[in-house]
Amino acid sequence: MMEVLNVIGYSFFAMAAGLLYMGIGRKVAARLHRRYGPPVWQCYIDVVKCFSRKSISHNFIMDLGSMMGLSGLLGAAMFIPIAGFLPFPSQGPIIVILYLMPIGYLGMAMGVSASGNPLTAIGIGRALTLMIGYEVPFATIVLSFIAAYSSTSLVSLQAAQAGGFANWHMATMPFGFVAALIALMGMLGKKPFDTMIAPSEIASGPMVELSGKFLGLAFLQHATAIFVETGLFVLLFLGGGSNFLEFIAKQAAVYIVMSSLSELWARYRVEQATKFLWISAGSLALVQLVINMIIGRK
Amino acid sequence: MLKISREEIIDGKFERVLNFFRSRSLWMLYYCTGCGAVELPPTMTSRFDMERFGISPMATPRQADILLVTGYVSVKTLKRIVYSYEQMPEPKWVVGFGSCPVNGGIYWNSYATINQLDKYIPVDISIPGCMPRPQAVIDGLLSLMDSIKKGEAVGYKKYQMNNEWYKKNQREILERTKPVLGGKK
Repeated sequence: MMEVLNVIGYSFFAMAAGLLYMGIGRKVAARLHRRYGPPVWQCYIDVVKCFSRKSISHNFIMDLGSMMGLSGLLGAAMFIPIAGFLPFPSQGPIIVILYLMPIGYLGMAMGVSASGNPLTAIGIGRALTLMIGYEVPFATIVLSFIAAYSSTSLVSLQAAQAGGFANWHMATMPFGFVAALIALMGMLGKKPFDTMIAPSEIASGPMVELSGKFLGLAFLQHATAIFVETGLFVLLFLGGGSNFLEFIAKQAAVYIVMSSLSELWARYRVEQATKFLWISAGSLALVQLVINMIIGRK
Repeated sequence: MLKISREEIIDGKFERVLNFFRSRSLWMLYYCTGCGAVELPPTMTSRFDMERFGISPMATPRQADILLVTGYVSVKTLKRIVYSYEQMPEPKWVVGFGSCPVNGGIYWNSYATINQLDKYIPVDISIPGCMPRPQAVIDGLLSLMDSIKKGEAVGYKKYQMNNEWYKKNQREILERTKPVLGGKK
């Protein structure tokens, strides 16, 4: 009973935290444009509004896909330990998270392409191509952790970084850190890698036919994705968090850095993006993997 | 004529709670029919910054709350405007932008444009001017937000209830076969 409540509470917390980071990111972007920007809680208002509107469903697959997208990512969020807290007992296995995260995107792909709009097909094609781009470097980084610790548990990886900045993987594995930063940028769909959304090109890609509640679900899915991806990054490289607030602050800091960097560059074409991710992030991750294999197990 | 006035269909108490959220987050689709579209980039970017009120541009009719008709409406574009308007999910609002959608503006006696947008789709607020400055646009959108909050912006309900009247007006224009200037066909 307690675990069920934990799961429900944790899901709501993950979505709320993701929406908060989104709001902060919008505010930071606006300040960089020298605008005043929307309030930090603007994303909550947007979600409530989306759910208060009428929505147009094209068929059953569209409903199913939208729900599957959100639930896949929420499933991944269940394995992110915040300061040692997990909704049900586990060791935070990275492999399971890597396995569950694509379900979110595949659900989204299934749902939106059921609407039959050609622009969604283009957008989804781009999103999945980009996914090949960032999954390869990210999997290599995970392999380098396995080479160093022979463990894929987030809890033990966090414990290995205890005791200050010098022990963080950011300092001990700098190549992997940079590679993960680039891969995270692709995961979050930030500016050089926002080919799948591209509002001026393909009319916001996968979201073309989403109205009302479907758009609200897509918003929540993106919020959960932000929570999972920044959480994973904080746990792997920034030493996790000894308490709840520290973890949240680190996640927000990562997202602020991401959305500030996003304002610097223009958009890559999809093949350029994949090439860039494989060549730069992939080779850095490979260097880290080789170094970790030479140093051997700790 | 119209059967129902705006005052008879104002939103109830529960809807007004949601209306607060609807008014604080307006996503707009701008239909750039005429010259009015040039006033929108300055309204959105750093100097006037529409986003601080939660108003931001959206790419497709499915996602949008408000439809901005920016400038004169020719007979051909009217058809597309009606399509776009009918694709938007409810609740939805229309903003007539500039003097052309109000009374035809400088094109009032043109054979190719319509004079009164309100006869074809329900316009919730009109921002007069040729062209309205960004200050006027923001002022107009703020008063739209105000009337949404009070539940008075109910153009979409009028469109449902008086659908026949609107459709009749649209047909008169769209299925017009006689030459307007009276020449031989």
